[in-house]
Amino acid sequence: MIGMLGETGWSWQLDGWIVLVAILCAVASALLGCFLVLRRMSMLGDAISHAVLPGLAVAFFISHSRSSLPMFIGAVIVGILTAFFTEWIHRVGRVDKGASMGVVFTSLFALGLVMIVQAADKVDLDAGCVLYGSIELTPLDTMSLLGFEIPRAVITLGIVTVINLAFVLFFYKELKLSSFDPSLATTLGFNASLMHYLLMILVAVTAVASFESVGSVLVVAMFVVPPAAAYLLTNQLGMMLLLSVLLAVSSAFLGHLGAIHVPSWFGFQSTTTSGMMAVAAGAIFLITMLCSPSQGVLVKLIRRQALSLQIIADDVVAVLFRREETEGEEPKSASVTENELIEIIFCGRWSLRLVLRWLDRRDEIRMHDNRVELTEKGRLRAQNLVRSHRLWERYLQDYAGVDPSRVHPQAEKLEHFTDPRLRQQLNSETDAPQIDPHGRPIPDEPDFDSNID
Amino acid sequence: MIVWPLICRFLLLLKWAGCTIVGCGFALAESGLAAASSGLQAADSGLFNAGQLPVVLKILPLAQSESITDRRISLPSWEQWQRVLLMQDYNTRVVILGTAMLGCAAGVVGCFTLLRKRALMGDALSHATLPGIALAFMTANAMGWQERSLPWLLLGATASGLVGVAAILAIRRLTHLKEDTALGIVLSVFFGCGIAMMGVIQQMQTGHAAGLESFILGKTASMGASDAKLIAAAALIATVVCVLLFKELKLLCFDEGFAGSQGFNVLSLDLVLMATVVLISIVGLQAVGLILMIALLIVPAAAARFWTEKMWEMLLIAAVLGLISGIVGAVASALFPRLPSGAMIVLTCAAFFIISMVFGTGSGVLVRTVRRLRLNRKVVRRHLLRAVFEALESQPNKTTPKGETKPKRTVSFNQILPMRSWSKPQLQRAAELAAREELITQVGEKLRFTRRGRLEAERLTREHRLWELYLITHADIAPSRVDREADRIEHVLEPDVVAELEEMLINTRQLVPESPHLIQANPSSANQNVADAGSGDAGSGDIDREASP
Repeated sequence: MIGMLGETGWSWQLDGWIVLVAILCAVASALLGCFLVLRRMSMLGDAISHAVLPGLAVAFFISHSRSSLPMFIGAVIVGILTAFFTEWIHRVGRVDKGASMGVVFTSLFALGLVMIVQAADKVDLDAGCVLYGSIELTPLDTMSLLGFEIPRAVITLGIVTVINLAFVLFFYKELKLSSFDPSLATTLGFNASLMHYLLMILVAVTAVASFESVGSVLVVAMFVVPPAAAYLLTNQLGMMLLLSVLLAVSSAFLGHLGAIHVPSWFGFQSTTTSGMMAVAAGAIFLITMLCSPSQGVLVKLIRRQALSLQIIADDVVAVLFRREETEGEEPKSASVTENELIEIIFCGRWSLRLVLRWLDRRDEIRMHDNRVELTEKGRLRAQNLVRSHRLWERYLQDYAGVDPSRVHPQAEKLEHFTDPRLRQQLNSETDAPQIDPHGRPIPDEPDFDSNID
Repeated sequence: MIVWPLICRFLLLLKWAGCTIVGCGFALAESGLAAASSGLQAADSGLFNAGQLPVVLKILPLAQSESITDRRISLPSWEQWQRVLLMQDYNTRVVILGTAMLGCAAGVVGCFTLLRKRALMGDALSHATLPGIALAFMTANAMGWQERSLPWLLLGATASGLVGVAAILAIRRLTHLKEDTALGIVLSVFFGCGIAMMGVIQQMQTGHAAGLESFILGKTASMGASDAKLIAAAALIATVVCVLLFKELKLLCFDEGFAGSQGFNVLSLDLVLMATVVLISIVGLQAVGLILMIALLIVPAAAARFWTEKMWEMLLIAAVLGLISGIVGAVASALFPRLPSGAMIVLTCAAFFIISMVFGTGSGVLVRTVRRLRLNRKVVRRHLLRAVFEALESQPNKTTPKGETKPKRTVSFNQILPMRSWSKPQLQRAAELAAREELITQVGEKLRFTRRGRLEAERLTREHRLWELYLITHADIAPSRVDREADRIEHVLEPDVVAELEEMLINTRQLVPESPHLIQANPSSANQNVADAGSGDAGSGDIDREASP
């Protein structure tokens, strides 16, 4: 990786600082973003990024300068007002939270626009440079600290990150409680709305500090995307915070790499870093959404497919076992063709073939001349299954009062999820019956040890 | 309108900030003019100030031809009013009609997204169009077509907006993430992608990317006739779809599960709704800009919600509000040369929203406050009447000098003060209220029923006790606790419920059944009260016995 960095003219002096700034911004936002996602206020970052405009304008009118401190303060105040007004309209007007946010930030933005147009011919007050602050330029704007030349953005964002981290660590319990159950928090003596407003203030500070140095795209993305991805990976808040920070850091790093490399595949030079960081975060989210161990779409799909294949396999051996039972004295003569199986089990040809090959490899069936036979090992599996089925039928009819005509389909479902212990319990519950409700014999429990692979 | 005072306030602010720096405007104007994109110049007749944020600087100089010497917003002359209001200018006509139609359609569509709790959908979608526009531009560039051909760019925007919709629906359906998170993810990732692509476009040799931003961010003032026609077509389609599918969409908004169980395909309905949002946003985006489009989709609908509880009326009101906002904003911008029209439309919408939130007849703050106050007053009055009634009831009869017994007619404050948790001033206030309604007359600290008051008090006490009896006999609540429980419900008992209770509970012909528990708020006698309630079966004589524990 380091070699690859060297090849493309990666300089630690420049790119190192850029990535560091992005990482600081990403960590600061992701820490708070977890709570925004849990509180269903994910769009707040976007809303604030538009709404700070009048704050900038007023700060300019008052201070007559474009120095960053008054602008910063003005923007933070309006950012906090945005959160406050949103909450107020939501509560007093009983408007849906998203709608009240929309009302507030569009109105504030329009107000700011009108004000800026009034002022703009006096001086170059271009809010565009605030909203699309450029992360590529951060290493150039340095100030000296303890004898080192450090980019200003690193210092501001570093301070913000430390504050956010301290806030989250110090108020972890309170934040957790007030995010999940505000009324419980109130009854326990925490002030849930105080926590809410503290969080909103920090969100506004983080957002504004980030716009100024790295632009709004990055911070809006980092507020939402890494926490959402982390939320798909875990259900524990502490873990979610940790994961979202990790994902945020990696998307910042990958984003910068991508900004340098991806356009070069098409013959262009590097592109906007903050945009690519958002894209990297999106890609990480997509991968998480597909492959998360508990929630992943692909994982769920594969698990479901595997289950259905396993059920087909169970059905195949059970069909063979039943046929052996009915077809006379010599049990080993029973065999069945693929087409017959398809008709009996109602499954697709391809999944059946896959299952047959799998069973063959596990040595549970034998195939010759397109006909399928059970091996000794397969017979054991089938015996277990049929025994479960018939015990269930017995139990359902005699003990659960299910109508005799309906026990078969029920048992057909339950048989696949019955392990030896449950079977034993069923057996003892039903007083070890010998025949099922349809008059067929219940096979004996196979020898336990021989069943183990 | 509220807009005018706002403008005046800006003026004051400007003056207060000091009207310095006159000269440097010129230099800016020079450099800005060079930078201004050609499309903007052509359209601006000096009447409109166009623009959204990133293009502010480019646009400003156009307005400066008039305002460089004069920095105040002068009130428009009569001729200007006439010209604008009668829409004599072609440009004014186009812009006012365009924004009006857009506001109307966005209001209608916005109602559905608002009720579907997807108000910020427009926000996410408009951001999501950026990569599509950039991609369309790049392909056009690569193929050697004319890069800025409008239909091709719009097609790109639509495609990427639809991909955004699909992504939002997919995240909602496939994961446990909530609506807002899905919107936030799509918004930021798509927009970031678009920004990254823009970074590439800027390096293209042949690329004439200038103005692509304004394409995304809108330029109301330079709206042309073709834009207006496009808006008209889109508005018509969106409105017709919403009206035709009114019943289905309404069901979708209020009860998705029920809609599904009725056999409607929820997913395709959702898609249709989102597609109309995409349609409106994209047409609006390039005409009026991102923020204005979001505002038009949310604010009129949210304002209309305060006026009514009926869906049809809400649609109608939202459409009208959107229409008026479009017209007022555009007119204001035309009259005052230094107000950007997009922002003025949003501010008009916001003003409507504030007015609606306060004065809305359906669920406006004022109406709800009045309703609550009225209810409070009614409850206080009822409490007072019942307290007086019960105090009279439990008083020993007065013996006149002649030896006859006569029921007492007056009650002192001290008697009813312990009956509930009210302070003397509160009681005094309640008494004044009741006196004003001629239910009670007050002499000093003594209260006395009027004839009407007595009847009313009898009725109230009867309702209260009926409910208490019901709670004791049918809901198994301890007699010592029924008073509190009945307090809550008695104010909302309907006459037919009372009739039912009577039939169920009363076998005496008494007008007011006696209380099943002791009336004085004296905790020490509560136990005896329970015993009394158990033994005391009927008979008016019991009142006295209860009163003397």
